[in-house]
Amino acid sequence: MKFNANTNLLVGSLLCGTILVAALLGAFWTPFDPMTPDFAHRLHAPDTTYWLGTDEFGRDTFSRILYGATTSVGISFMTVLIAMVAGTMLGLIAGYMRGWVDRLMMCFTDALLAFPGMLLALGLLAVVGANKYGIVVALGIAYLPSVLRLVRGTVLPLREREFVHASRIMGNSEMFILFRHILPNCFGPMMVLATSMFGWVLLAESSLSFLGLGVPPPAPTWGNMLAGSRPFMMQAGWLGIFPGLCISMTLLGINLLGDALQDKLDPYSKGK
Amino acid sequence: MFRFICARVAMSIPTLLIVGVTVFMLIRLIPGDPAALMLGDMADPASLQELRQQLGLDRSLPQQLVIWFGNVLRGDLGVSISTGESVTSLVLQRFTISAPIVLCAVLFASLVAVPAGMIAAWRQNKLSDTVLVSTATLLLSVPTFWLGLLFLLFFGLHLGWLPVVGYVSPLEDWRGGLLYLIMPITTLFLHEIGVILRMARASTLDVLRLDYVTHARAKGLSDRVVLWRHTFKNAFGPTWTLIGLVLGNLLGGVAVVETVFTIPGLGRLLVDAIFARDYPVIQGCLLFIALIYVLVNLLVDLCYPIFDPRVTVS
Repeated sequence: MKFNANTNLLVGSLLCGTILVAALLGAFWTPFDPMTPDFAHRLHAPDTTYWLGTDEFGRDTFSRILYGATTSVGISFMTVLIAMVAGTMLGLIAGYMRGWVDRLMMCFTDALLAFPGMLLALGLLAVVGANKYGIVVALGIAYLPSVLRLVRGTVLPLREREFVHASRIMGNSEMFILFRHILPNCFGPMMVLATSMFGWVLLAESSLSFLGLGVPPPAPTWGNMLAGSRPFMMQAGWLGIFPGLCISMTLLGINLLGDALQDKLDPYSKGK
Repeated sequence: MFRFICARVAMSIPTLLIVGVTVFMLIRLIPGDPAALMLGDMADPASLQELRQQLGLDRSLPQQLVIWFGNVLRGDLGVSISTGESVTSLVLQRFTISAPIVLCAVLFASLVAVPAGMIAAWRQNKLSDTVLVSTATLLLSVPTFWLGLLFLLFFGLHLGWLPVVGYVSPLEDWRGGLLYLIMPITTLFLHEIGVILRMARASTLDVLRLDYVTHARAKGLSDRVVLWRHTFKNAFGPTWTLIGLVLGNLLGGVAVVETVFTIPGLGRLLVDAIFARDYPVIQGCLLFIALIYVLVNLLVDLCYPIFDPRVTVS
């Protein structure tokens, strides 16, 4: 049996695509209001009306999962975007300018990388405040050093290449060289990193929401839905099962997609 | 060898300094007056001033840094705002609860995942490889807090085999205490298998590609000898480094599992301190966990020559 990059790519894209559709759908439409309580239907088991049951306030779990997808995917997307854009800018500058700018930035990334990722996020959350924007800022800063390092590492050998010298001799400005010649060459490794980072951030966001440090109730995220399900696990097992299943499927999709991308870029990993 | 050890220990000193300064600055970055944040809006100016003086906030930043570092070096991490206990003893006491859980989980996971990863690499693209890698990717994708909840639901509530809520120290009642530890350790163990197995497989694949492995096989050596005598030592290096990182990362993220199983560990202490805005405790936890992270990585690097003596030369 061959389990190659194409299988990974197919399953990964399917899973990620489903979650993206759910997140987009949740932004515009849910079968029921995800936040308004309906005490007549508390802890209703899954049936044809409430596909995934209802919670202790009678809110439809399926609607909350859709809405939670919008929140969780939105936060992860914002965070990755911030870390990628800021990290790429700083990495380009550090790798291309070298000198004291480079040393200063390496000192800064060393300081952040000396902490385990989740610990740094917790510490930054204590500073910026535990809420939706706090999470984006804290995780964005926590994951910025890995982007900076990657981009800098890619730029260092590139700046010595002939096409860069040629472009400079032609009279092009440094800015033009940086964005027109060097940046496009960083896109490959950046895509692989951004894919895995999306998974790390989604997991970190869910963990923080689970701890109660993320998006506050009543707005649903997959993490705080799981945290809220704990007192009702005996009567309503579905409350603890479906949000976790969504997180796992998303992460599985991203991991498979990441593996597939890595395989495409690494000539050795194709089956012998 | 001696020079290698000295150089590596010396290298970790600047890292520790950076960690110290970062933790110190992080707490000072909080917008507004920390004293006002801690005491709330209703505090009178006299008690605000008293707290500022107690925290040393009335001095200049460099002065504060020097005093703080002096205290830290003497093992004094300050006093908790909410309980008045010494942060050092609080952190150490909670650490003795978290450390065994994390250590056992990583130890067991390594014992299973390293051989499994090597076998997967050896059987690349065969059925056993596919099964092992898919299992690892699946385990990696299940968040620990959900796996923990599922365990609670099934083994705790449904079958009633294991206690659901609470914690008993194994030192007081070893049999009861161990029962409470089974589910948290298993949860982390299963997750880390995924991480370590994939790394062990990847680094083994890198080594299997080398000419000396082909040569060993061409000589007619058996698969077992080539894999365990020739490949293992070279392939284990990167995995060994990863195990160190996993250990430190797990300690930083253990709060999640401690919350699921209501264990009063170090991670829970940090999260509760964030809720309570108990800044000395936050600072103490951050510093202590980062210190352990640096020390674990140092220890891992110092053991590295056992598998790969080449690193002592460079």
